[in-house]
Amino acid sequence: MANIPQRIIHEYLRHDKKFPHVWCSGCSNGIVLGAIIRAIASMNLDRDDIVMVSGIGCSSRMPVYVDFNTLHTLHGRSIAYATGVKLHKPHLKVIVVTGDGDCTAIGGNHLIHAARRNIDLKVILINNNIYGMTGGQCSPTTPHDAIATTAPYGNIEPDFNICNLAMGAGASFVARTTAFHVQEMQNYVKDAMEHPGFSLIEVISACPVIYGRLNKKGGAPQMMKEFRDNSIPLTAVDKLPPEKVEGKIIRGILRKEIRPEFCAAYASLVQRVQASGGEQ
Amino acid sequence: MLKKTKTATPKAPKTKKPVVNPAPKPETKLEELQATRERRTVIMQGNEAVAYGALDAGVDFFAGYPITPSTEIAEILAAELPKRGGVFVQMEDEIASICAITGASLAGAKSLTATSGPGFSLMQEGIGFAKITETPCVVVNVQRLGPSTGMPTSPAQGDIMQARWGSHGDAPAIVLYPASVKESYELTIRAINLAEKYRTCVILLLDEVLGHMRESVRLPDMANVRIINRIKPTVPPHWYKHYDENQKYLSPLASYGEGYRFHVTGLTHDAHGFPTNKSNEAAEMMDRLRRKIKYNIRDLVQIESHEMEGAKIAIFTAGITARAAKAAIAMARYEGIPVGLLRPLTIWPFPDDAVRKMLRDVDYVIVPELNQGQMLNEIQRLTKDKSDGNILPIQRVNGQLITPNDILRKIKEVS
Repeated sequence: MANIPQRIIHEYLRHDKKFPHVWCSGCSNGIVLGAIIRAIASMNLDRDDIVMVSGIGCSSRMPVYVDFNTLHTLHGRSIAYATGVKLHKPHLKVIVVTGDGDCTAIGGNHLIHAARRNIDLKVILINNNIYGMTGGQCSPTTPHDAIATTAPYGNIEPDFNICNLAMGAGASFVARTTAFHVQEMQNYVKDAMEHPGFSLIEVISACPVIYGRLNKKGGAPQMMKEFRDNSIPLTAVDKLPPEKVEGKIIRGILRKEIRPEFCAAYASLVQRVQASGGEQ
Repeated sequence: MLKKTKTATPKAPKTKKPVVNPAPKPETKLEELQATRERRTVIMQGNEAVAYGALDAGVDFFAGYPITPSTEIAEILAAELPKRGGVFVQMEDEIASICAITGASLAGAKSLTATSGPGFSLMQEGIGFAKITETPCVVVNVQRLGPSTGMPTSPAQGDIMQARWGSHGDAPAIVLYPASVKESYELTIRAINLAEKYRTCVILLLDEVLGHMRESVRLPDMANVRIINRIKPTVPPHWYKHYDENQKYLSPLASYGEGYRFHVTGLTHDAHGFPTNKSNEAAEMMDRLRRKIKYNIRDLVQIESHEMEGAKIAIFTAGITARAAKAAIAMARYEGIPVGLLRPLTIWPFPDDAVRKMLRDVDYVIVPELNQGQMLNEIQRLTKDKSDGNILPIQRVNGQLITPNDILRKIKEVS
């Protein structure tokens, strides 16, 4: 064991009895975890000042492995818990790791309201298009006609465009990337960490064992190739004819704007109230 | 056990807020405001008393959602918390409210939320999370009538069992139940103190009429208010156990951002807080939650005994119904009927010992309550012979209170 080279990620993982992890082979969650850790390492943030909050699902098992302040909460409620942590200690960097079902189905209400408030949470949404932990049920991002155990004849519902949802609700930083584009993902995480406001990064990820098997996507390498071949950067969208953009994953920072942040707005409210002695 | 006692516990907390001395030098905005508050007799609602109790106990985080009949609590705290540098946030629903106060508590806040029946139902999963993760927080439930929307502005005492068993899975509960505006203030402080001391979600049940009723009340000076703060760890981070069983089941609690970097999960967990599927560790965790309440029952139970000396008939009831009972007792005693009242201020854990003694001492027990027999079941559980006709219920669920005359009639039936 002594020969294993010490990489950056080893500095940030909890070593004692947290491994082996729960994820299947070929899962993208580890890639996302690596990108988050490398982004944080590149910023020299103090580990004591980072809180990682998650809900329930495959992606939400991430906090147990990392050596930050970690909180593994109820299904869908990670953003609500993170709101409490952030509002009480605004200097903490609060990262929310969540999945498509966790964040947009059961937790959809918390997502849109946190985006509306523009509270400084960094939501990293790992979208594998399915409920993996419970064995492959249909999620709000399961594509139309795709197979899931609760949609055995094909999904008749349209799927969510999560980034559009977040932008519509008022998120001030929204980006989309895939598990294949690791360096890009790492850069976006860093950008989000530096952005003052509600940030959402949607990572299109591979679930070869459940989603891939049900929908005959091949193994993890085939799914990664699909991400590579089937995605285009936002900068290229305008240059391509519409038929080439249709059905592709559009990667890039879709929105980055500065808007009043909720914790800062609350702090200035407190200042104003205290200065005026509570005059309304 | 039969005396109403405000005395302290045998085990005083390690950390205690400094008592305000005659010439205090306020250190924080909160202390300054508390020190300068005028303590004259005022007319106050139960809901107002809860809000001021929360402020005096040091609550610095409130997340809530508007719901009748509890809304005044949120409104007052929306005005008062920013003055003290605390956080008030109106969340998108009650689920988010309980989650936000739990998250804030893990970051070090003293947190509280207030709601009514429908919101209380939504909060149950979050209450279970606060209990399993042993995170201090307080939920105030100003009860309304009926399931679903019911009668939002009418009194009922239908959430007694939900407050105990509402969350799925076994989880012990601490539930307090005031009967006056002044007691609403006192029990709010006690609820927050117990939450901090026992690291759990404490529930304060209020009757709708108590929340909205105005009474003349003089709140105590801050010097006479006892505040308990959670015990902070003194060990270095690598020695820290988030659930340390060596402290008589009351373990120190670190906050996020203090260097301890602990893990909190709603899964069954070991002493460090990491998830476990081992049956021995799961059993230990579950038993720890139980022992924490069970072994401290003498500290938790508060009960008022009124005119019980020589009583042959006892009335057992809580909250607003107990006030009707007191009026009925005065009338009955005037007519020479020996009747007394036993009123739990802590309804969960249930005061088994006091009730057993009462059942031994009296011939009849009258149990008036604004529900279809929730406390009655607990009394019957403690009676050896369940068919015993000596336990007499008075139940009303139509939005009206049980009057002193209703109780007096029942007293006369058996005297």
